[in-house]
Amino acid sequence: MYKYNEFDEAFLAERNAQFRAQVERRIDGSLTEDEFKPLRLMNGVYLQLHAYMLRVAIPYGTLNSGQMRTLALLAEKWDKGYGHFTTRQNIQYNWPRLRDLPDMLDALGEVGLHAIQTSGNTIRNTTADHFAGAAADELTDPRPYAELIRQWSTDHPEFQFLGRKFKIAITGSGSDRAVIKAHDVGLQVVEQDGKTGFKVIVGGGLGRTPMIGQVLREFLPQADLLPYLESVLTVYNVLGRRDNKYKARIKITVSENGIDTYRAMTEEAFMAIRGQYDGTDQELLEEIKTHFAAPEFRSGSTEAFDAAYANDPVFRAWADTNLHPHRKGDHAIVTISVKAHGATPGDATGEQMRVMADLGEQYAYDELRISHQQNVILPHVHKNDLPAIHAKLKQHGLATANVGLISDIIACPGMDYCALATARSIPVAQEIATRFDELKMEHDIGHLQIKISGCINACGHHHVGHIGILGLDRAGVENYQITLGGDATETAAIGTRTGPGFAYDEIVPAVERIVEVYMAQRESAEETFLETYRRIGMEPFKAALYPEAQKKVA
Amino acid sequence: MPRAFTPKVITANDLLEGDVIYFTAQDTWTRELSEAELITDEAEAQLRLIEAEKQNIKIVGAYLADAKAGPNGPEPTHFREEFRRTGPSNYFHGKQEAEANV
Repeated sequence: MYKYNEFDEAFLAERNAQFRAQVERRIDGSLTEDEFKPLRLMNGVYLQLHAYMLRVAIPYGTLNSGQMRTLALLAEKWDKGYGHFTTRQNIQYNWPRLRDLPDMLDALGEVGLHAIQTSGNTIRNTTADHFAGAAADELTDPRPYAELIRQWSTDHPEFQFLGRKFKIAITGSGSDRAVIKAHDVGLQVVEQDGKTGFKVIVGGGLGRTPMIGQVLREFLPQADLLPYLESVLTVYNVLGRRDNKYKARIKITVSENGIDTYRAMTEEAFMAIRGQYDGTDQELLEEIKTHFAAPEFRSGSTEAFDAAYANDPVFRAWADTNLHPHRKGDHAIVTISVKAHGATPGDATGEQMRVMADLGEQYAYDELRISHQQNVILPHVHKNDLPAIHAKLKQHGLATANVGLISDIIACPGMDYCALATARSIPVAQEIATRFDELKMEHDIGHLQIKISGCINACGHHHVGHIGILGLDRAGVENYQITLGGDATETAAIGTRTGPGFAYDEIVPAVERIVEVYMAQRESAEETFLETYRRIGMEPFKAALYPEAQKKVA
Repeated sequence: MPRAFTPKVITANDLLEGDVIYFTAQDTWTRELSEAELITDEAEAQLRLIEAEKQNIKIVGAYLADAKAGPNGPEPTHFREEFRRTGPSNYFHGKQEAEANV
């Protein structure tokens, strides 16, 4: 993985020193809050409901065990002992004090982490497939390109004051695990005539106007990545609306002007910009790629794994649910669920972070990942080590066998923390997970993704949840709308609203009724919730959710 | 008919801690909503907010929040302010934790 060079280290140290001085000037009154706010936001510092919040980037979701231990240190030394992994491969600390923030950033800087551009109207942390470099179905590891984008976009003068935030996601597989169609720009590594390039998708996004991105270029040669991205951003910066912040995203720009116009303007800008790139970026890319060379995978029998799988049903359930095929047959990708039933989705204690760091160091070639689904990944594990890993995870509440199941819920912080939220998300997720654990149904239900947002901004990705839940404020009371049929993968779709929302104490029973319809209507245990929904449509679910309305119709 | 004015309190976050705070009738800040000044006149509320914002060096983001009179001082009328008064529902953190440690 990428290791900072002297330039990177000096840049970060200088940037942190600047912020330390800015904090001091805010505290002594030299800066007003109006002056200070954009400065703190440029360094990932928000003011939330109960306290400040520091959002730290985990570039393309990749980190090593030393970095994970530093995340644990921040949680324990300057926060309340835990951190919250987010859908954009960041970690958030919910309780830091203003005076401590510069020290926290310095500690991060010492291990090559930062909080730059995790807020503000700029290019945010570029996210990537959390199985990058490991997945059996991968064409090319997308992370070197993500690192190139990070270096290009960091402090890029033209893109520090965009109309709104700008999110880029990248995948190297046909299976989309990075939700590329719901980002401002989605990149998929593809090959054409033996050459590597990208399919470029623009204009996706969730929020109050959810849209699936459209293809801007079927094939963009690798060497054109930065000038083309610069062209896309330049057109957005010129054409994008600034009269209304809710319409200042590229999805609106593309929608209002049409993809053909956007493409024509991008190509025109590209023709003008392309010549300014003299190949230095490609030399840098080649250097970056050396940092992402695959580890020297060890070989050996998988006898220990086979024996545990045959004899230990608890291990087998975990293996069946939380492992994913690795490109090397005797290895596996391990997803560590930080979604224990009833726990806050995405929260890990400092101790849990250190346990995962130790496992990464001992068994996973010193690599970990954070997924947009708010879990932690050990990307390369020899199968014979899996029983030992499982045993260690069990000791620390990290062995929940629920990845991809109904309790593996994405939930934003909601009104328990977020200043923008209109209702709570976390307790809804906790109650759904607890209920289906008590019913012992979730393995029978199979693959089902519930995503919950506490406001229309959709940080919990509810639009692309198989079951999406949106918390709203209806006349001073929490109310929850349900959508069905959303899809975050390569077959991305925006869910359809079922009808009127449900009160807080009605939402879990409503989800139960939806699941009951699925269980009754599915053709076999192999037919997933999403497949059943696509086959039978909305009506059977509406009938179960709104029986009184059905009576009136009759 | 103009809508009747809903009583207000002035609330903000503490500059250093980020903690939720309330403006008192004595122009000081308290962590207890029950000790806040309940303002029942609309014009007075705007003037008091200006007064509160002068203490920019101590506070962040002052605003007027709906409240009602209770037996022990002002109480929130909306669930958002109730969460700000107590703390999050997933952990015993925030004010609920601080008050337990008093």
